[in-house]
Amino acid sequence: MDVESGSVHLVDDLAYEMIPLWQDNSKEELVKKLQDRYPQEDICDTYDEIGELKKEGRLFTEDIYRNYVDAFKARPVQVKALCLHIAHDCNLACRYCFAGEGEYHGRRALMSYEVGRKALDFLVQNSGNHRNLEVDFFGGEPTMNFEVVKQLVAYGRSLEKPHNKNFRFTLTTNGMLIDDDVIDFANREMSNVVLSLDGRREVHDRFRVDYQGRGSFDTIVPKFQKLVAARGGKNYYMRGTFTHNNPDFLEDIKEMLRLGFHELSMEPVVAAPDDPSALTEDDLPVVLAQYEKLAQLMLDCEREKKPFTFYHYMIDLKGGPCIYKRISGCGSGTEYMAVTPWGDLYPCHQFVGEEKFRLGDIFSGVSNHAMQDEFFTCNVYARKECRDCWARLYCSGGCAANAYHATGSVRGVYEYGCKLFKKRMECAIALAVAKELET
Amino acid sequence: MKHIKTINHTVLKDSMAAGGCGECQTSCQSACKTSCTVGNQHCENKNR
Repeated sequence: MDVESGSVHLVDDLAYEMIPLWQDNSKEELVKKLQDRYPQEDICDTYDEIGELKKEGRLFTEDIYRNYVDAFKARPVQVKALCLHIAHDCNLACRYCFAGEGEYHGRRALMSYEVGRKALDFLVQNSGNHRNLEVDFFGGEPTMNFEVVKQLVAYGRSLEKPHNKNFRFTLTTNGMLIDDDVIDFANREMSNVVLSLDGRREVHDRFRVDYQGRGSFDTIVPKFQKLVAARGGKNYYMRGTFTHNNPDFLEDIKEMLRLGFHELSMEPVVAAPDDPSALTEDDLPVVLAQYEKLAQLMLDCEREKKPFTFYHYMIDLKGGPCIYKRISGCGSGTEYMAVTPWGDLYPCHQFVGEEKFRLGDIFSGVSNHAMQDEFFTCNVYARKECRDCWARLYCSGGCAANAYHATGSVRGVYEYGCKLFKKRMECAIALAVAKELET
Repeated sequence: MKHIKTINHTVLKDSMAAGGCGECQTSCQSACKTSCTVGNQHCENKNR
């Protein structure tokens, strides 16, 4: 892959060997070096092909974007997405929860309609020319405050026409309170629904338990199945978490498929290194191998015309995001913020409860400009470790929260996460190439 | 080309001209919530 152009080339052995040598050697020198193993004509042809790709800007491309990122990020802040913490409360007590069982290490609270309404006003007022505005109903468990969710969706819809906006509402739920009312409403109004299930019953029920310690698998699976069946093809994602206890998470993905779910995401646990659920160095080779097998499974499903998408593997090599999106970071703290039940603003949901990251509130806007500036400059060029990484235009510098929790700085590097990410992208690109070759 | 097959014929530099509209999805609003994948987002700019 040519990192800066995004070009992906399928090469034979000769080209693979020649590409790293091409810039420092003449054609004659390369003939001398390689002629004991390859015909001279092939060496010359390959040399010319590489030259042609360089001329077209598809190989050995220089980074010309560095100078643009500052100008791009210097544009006035326009908020386009909010994560509304509609409930800092939960009806499960998942043992690995980064949100401290829904309370974010603070107090239990439900967002009132008035606070939620102000949050939507804040979003519209600060969204500039953005037409598509995203609001995720998050928690804790947002269905514990579902009447407010409904009221806020109605309010958001009322703002669309007068302000020329298009709200995309999403809901992230553990499933416990899903009933026909939730299903009807979510399938009508939510552009995406994220359903939390960890896979195999024993895996899921190890962590995702209620306050009596009882597993939730048997309660939620039929509810999720009913919701997805009624969704009529609209987007959803089943999202699982894997931990030190199930680094063989492919088995959990297979269980999700067996249960009839096809749009899947499986994420490594966010946990302190001394937490028993945290992934270890010994888990790493197991996890990396799972990603490879997962790509093979997805390819097999594709060949057999069976539906199956894995969130991180949905790479579109021929389209995909523009270069600005790829270099400017995830947007946390700038175009994306989290709102607590009482209206405080944080850079994202993973920073909620960390007082020093509080940016301000929805009533008077961002006041902690020093902190927002930290996030402004959190882009693909913020970390020296990223500068030579081939995957940097796929992660845009990675997750600031992961970096902070691993290193104490939002500009740090969560190396373990990088290893997983690079493997995911390697598999995603290989999968995209394999699909391309078969069409 | 006999030795190199290019899979994608678009180059990222071309997206500089009309890119940056910001209408695409914020990466963490979709499914992950705990990592950052930007490369799998869909472009929503019809002018590109």
